[in-house]
Amino acid sequence: MKNIIEIENLHFSYPADEGEKPVEVLKGINLEIKEGEFMAVLGHNGSGKSTLAKHINGILIPTSGTVTVDGISTADEEKIFDLRCRAGMVFQNPDNQIVSSVVEEDVAFALENLGVPYEEMRKRVDNALKDVNMYDYRHHSPAQLSGGQKQRIAIAGIIAMKPKCIILDEPTAMLDPQGRKEVMAVIRRMNREHGITIVLITHYMDEAAQCDRVVVMDKGNIILDDTPRAVFSHVEQVKEIGLDVPQATELAWELRKAGYDVPQDIITEDECAEAIKRLFERE
Amino acid sequence: MLRDITIGQYFPGDSVIHRLDPRFKLIITFIYIIMLFAGDRFICLGVGAVFTLIAIFLSRIPLKMFVKSVKPLLPFLLITAILNLFFVTSGDILFKWKFIKITDEAVSISIFMFVRIMLLIMGSSLLTYTTSPITLTDAIERLLSPLKKIKVPVHELAMMMSIALRFIPTLIEETDKIMSAQKARGAEIDSGSFMTRAKNMISILVPLFISSFRRADELATAMECRCYRGGEGRTRLRQLKSAPRDYIALAIAIVFWVINIIIG
Repeated sequence: MKNIIEIENLHFSYPADEGEKPVEVLKGINLEIKEGEFMAVLGHNGSGKSTLAKHINGILIPTSGTVTVDGISTADEEKIFDLRCRAGMVFQNPDNQIVSSVVEEDVAFALENLGVPYEEMRKRVDNALKDVNMYDYRHHSPAQLSGGQKQRIAIAGIIAMKPKCIILDEPTAMLDPQGRKEVMAVIRRMNREHGITIVLITHYMDEAAQCDRVVVMDKGNIILDDTPRAVFSHVEQVKEIGLDVPQATELAWELRKAGYDVPQDIITEDECAEAIKRLFERE
Repeated sequence: MLRDITIGQYFPGDSVIHRLDPRFKLIITFIYIIMLFAGDRFICLGVGAVFTLIAIFLSRIPLKMFVKSVKPLLPFLLITAILNLFFVTSGDILFKWKFIKITDEAVSISIFMFVRIMLLIMGSSLLTYTTSPITLTDAIERLLSPLKKIKVPVHELAMMMSIALRFIPTLIEETDKIMSAQKARGAEIDSGSFMTRAKNMISILVPLFISSFRRADELATAMECRCYRGGEGRTRLRQLKSAPRDYIALAIAIVFWVINIIIG
């Protein structure tokens, strides 16, 4: 598989006030993301994960190093809109990214900006709304929708651009459990059915466990980069930087510490239940 | 309590008036206003009143909603009428007491002004009652678009207006939340003298203001992510198409206007 996102030796510091030393937020990130990959980025507050996300579609430009998406460098100002069509971004607060007071017009916003002709726009908006299961709400006002529904509208607005990859910056952080489930289901489907590369920034471990690959960041560096199973088997290292592991992993880890023989790479509840069942059978 | 506020007071419906092209509705309202202000005889207002009543009847919105629309402005209307009553001095004197003189012309001018402004309010209410704010913004943008040639930022103004409309419910919700939060900490918002209540409003407005700026910043980033770059080369999902009925409505309005000029 081809790499869709290539990040090479990325350093970034926010411009500092006069007399102050700039604080380096990203300290030499190297990362390659393959087409169709479903990747999670984990990290504590201030680990630089949101800053990294903003580099992928050119909202922030590296202080040094390069970020390339589908062959376009994010520093290339002339191709910035091309880049943003290829790498769409969804933010945490659904309220603050919906522009219009009518659902379908909000989904069309990006297409309107790009000057897509009416017939094509109508088709893409309808399809995007169907993709996120919100077609029946197309004439509603966003104010009438739940958080999860609003976030799905925000995702539809991005899907309508037909991006190759979508970066989601903690899209479920402000939602209730039901909304989280709906949004995660939509994201997973986009990845499986449409082959869209997903970069999911999250601090929910169970969401990260559903991904193909997990990158853990701490203080501007990538410290772990592997499958969720492998990453979460480093329970102590993950806990050291202030993150949790999925509850099932934690239980298995505690059992191992207490001297029981359970496998190290448990990440789902079913696996955990199975391991405990086997323990009992052996007793 | 704040949820009751609905700016623009739009009543969704499917009447002929609702279905008119918003651009035509705006133009017709404009003609209507000119009609009211052009003539200075009662009969001119009569023509205006007939026009308004027909339109109200067609919109199938209860007449009492229009009475309601005049209500908040009633004190203002009455003050204007009273001032006219005392300060117009031409005509025959009907009543005299010390320095106060009331003439027959003063009475008729007072009534005339009162009715004129009332009709004005009812007519413009009909526009906002039957047109959703966002459609109205859209119509304004399109009607004013020729002004782009002389560098009037029409698209930007319309965008600002539609974002403002979009954020009204969000900010109302937020105000409700902040009020509850401040009440939970012992702030007296609903009680106390006018001055204390006004002072306590600060504890609501400051957080609201700060969060609005944060929202603005995030929205700007989200808009940039969706390739927003001003009005140049934009296409629209909302298509405004004029139907024969729009031209008929416009023709009727012009007929009324002409009648008004002839008899005025």
